[in-house]
Amino acid sequence: MAKATPNVLAVTGNEAVAEAMRQIDPDVVCAYPITPQTEIVQLYAQLVADGKVSTEFVTAESEHSAMSAAIGAAAAGARTMTATSSQGFALMWELLYIASSYRLPIVMTVVNRALSGPINIHCDHSDSIGGRDSGWIQIYGENHQQAYDNCLQAVRIAEHPDVRLPVMHMYDGYVISGAIGPLTPLEDSRVREFIGPYQPVNPLLDVQHPVTVGPFDGLHGWYFEHKVAQNLAMERAYQVLQDVADEFARLTGRQYGLIDPYRLEDAEIAIVVVGSTAGTTRLVVDQLRAKGVKAGMVRVRVFRPFPYHTFAQALQHVKVVGVLDRADSFGAQGGPVFLEIRAALYDNDPRPQVLPFIYGLGGRDIFPHDIEQAFGVLDEAAKRVRRVSTQRRYLNLRQGRGLEHERK
Amino acid sequence: MKTPTETTTRLRRQTRARPKAHPHDHLLRTDRMPHIWCPGCGIGTVFGCLLTAIEKSGLPLDDIAIVSGIGCTGRMAGYLNLDSFHTTHGRAIPFATGLKLARPQGTVLVASGDGDLFAIGGNHFIHAARRNIDLTVICVNNLNYGMTGGQVAPSTPFGARTTTTPVGNIEEPFNFCSLAAECGATYVARWTSLHARWLTDSLVEAMTKKGFSYVEVLAPCPTTFGRRNRLGSGADLARFFHERSVIRNGIDPREAVLDFEKHLVVGKFVDSTRPTFLDNYELVRRREVGEWPFREEHTPHTSGRAHN
Ligand SMILES: Cc1ncc(C[n+]2csc(CCOP(=O)(O)OP(=O)(O)O)c2C)c(N)n1
Ligand code: SF4
Ligand SMILES: [Mg+2]
Repeated sequence: MAKATPNVLAVTGNEAVAEAMRQIDPDVVCAYPITPQTEIVQLYAQLVADGKVSTEFVTAESEHSAMSAAIGAAAAGARTMTATSSQGFALMWELLYIASSYRLPIVMTVVNRALSGPINIHCDHSDSIGGRDSGWIQIYGENHQQAYDNCLQAVRIAEHPDVRLPVMHMYDGYVISGAIGPLTPLEDSRVREFIGPYQPVNPLLDVQHPVTVGPFDGLHGWYFEHKVAQNLAMERAYQVLQDVADEFARLTGRQYGLIDPYRLEDAEIAIVVVGSTAGTTRLVVDQLRAKGVKAGMVRVRVFRPFPYHTFAQALQHVKVVGVLDRADSFGAQGGPVFLEIRAALYDNDPRPQVLPFIYGLGGRDIFPHDIEQAFGVLDEAAKRVRRVSTQRRYLNLRQGRGLEHERK
Repeated sequence: MKTPTETTTRLRRQTRARPKAHPHDHLLRTDRMPHIWCPGCGIGTVFGCLLTAIEKSGLPLDDIAIVSGIGCTGRMAGYLNLDSFHTTHGRAIPFATGLKLARPQGTVLVASGDGDLFAIGGNHFIHAARRNIDLTVICVNNLNYGMTGGQVAPSTPFGARTTTTPVGNIEEPFNFCSLAAECGATYVARWTSLHARWLTDSLVEAMTKKGFSYVEVLAPCPTTFGRRNRLGSGADLARFFHERSVIRNGIDPREAVLDFEKHLVVGKFVDSTRPTFLDNYELVRRREVGEWPFREEHTPHTSGRAHN
């Protein structure tokens, strides 16, 4: 297939996603505004008003209602999308589980923002990471182009007959959502071809075949089996995620995988990272390589289903792996991505060391020298014979505000 | 909460340290200034009236707490030098309810926006009014979600433009005063931000009155609502509201309509009494309620809602 004519636009991450949504032209969009997602809602409202899309646009009175309305619309058989951030995501909580267990292929954009409190509007991943067990497929983008590309692919993945699960795709608040970056969009016709028409399964609007959605399952019902079925769909999703990515690559030349490695083949130390910080990490990897340090990186693209096999293979030869988490799991051994990576490598022989780093909570800046410092820790550990402590290490943490007191 | 002496000393020290202090400086968290409100925003006027009302009420400052939700109006709590709670979006009233029940002798104020109180938090408003919890709820009604950039709210007039209704709102708004009264609020008033004196008096009455009080203020949001609807500056908008306002004290709140073409009804619509949640709680605790269904002679809490 011929490649689309290159046509690079300068857009914010939210504009990139609004453009993808315009091209997808879903039947229903239900949303409630919240910083830093708001721009998407507003741009989409304008598209609806200008008659550029045929979508029914619902301005709900909260995210709880927005997701409820999305579920209603999807159950009726509509291709449905929504978007949120932070507290809005948290308020959707109850319904996230409903959407996935009803096997409704809703696509949601999550613009990552820290959860309160105290109130904070900047980027970290505590919102979407907290939804990791809700049964949604989770895809993380790094930049503007990926926000757009993931949004398009999400529709295909969600609606695939082997999957039929809701998909959320993420990108960093402000860093990507509000900053301007390059976007090479596809032509409308190509998007339409790629997405294809939607064939809902058991829609409520099929009045010849009435169905009941989500009733009480009885005391000795099939709840357990239902949950296992959800997990089986997650397992099938690995293949679908890759197939859709391959098809997308044939269309655009942009190849995606479950993970996104960089200079990893011969790396002795490597960092695992999610989101826009991957860009900064690549820069540091190049600098270290120039100095002869065998540094590498992997970006987590798909977090659910977690590609543990792929990670186990990709990191097999690495001596020490540092995992950079932009969310914490209070009281756990380390951040959520750390836990996954450490578990994924357990059966490896030899087993790489895995060290937890926490960074960027509430939008704290992360500089190349912070990442360099993390690589320094990994390098140091790689030279030791014995394993080093797996206590959390914090990057760019300030002192004060009672921290000393808490440490007593 | 702090002890009275602690707070008083802190307040005095701060006021003394600034020879040219604003008359309300001791009530403000000057360390949080400059505030975030736009030039011409009506929230500042309402905030000023609230500060005056707090002083006029004579209530001990140590026993006043203010709770806000999220939004431009929600920032009020953070700027007041009182015990304050900046909660989550829509949940100011339940936070305040907890506070009130834990410390019944205190005065609990809730200050928030139309979106916070009636969209995402609407459910809490109706139930707090129904229970007649002794709270004073101040709503800055700027006809949209100011903070997030001017989206449609349950107060946005039919046909008005917002960022999510670019060619005009298709929905009918609430009449919040009527809603409050129907749900059982015992004090209901509405003013525009230019009715500073009336508003201040209403706030004093509401604060010193037992029961669920609701005071609404029509206030300009020139940055989003004003701009989208080409209504001019903050002053123009404030004048727009004020010129169309008609004072109708005591009118049935259902008739206290906001008709932007004709007139905006303001005034004090409800000032009645009925047992508060805590009064009834006490009755039940003392087992003095009697047996339900009650006989004629023993109807402890059904005082109805007199619109006077
Ligand atoms: C759960 C949740 N959803 C959305 C938001 C984003 N948000 C913050 S303020 C606001 C609207 C505020 O409108 P209003 O209450 O009218 O206050 P105003 O800014 O107009 O004073 C919204 C939607 C949020 N903070 N939390
Ligand atoms: S956006 Fe509107 S409500 Fe918010 S501070 Fe500015 S003028 Fe006031
Ligand atoms: Mg408002």
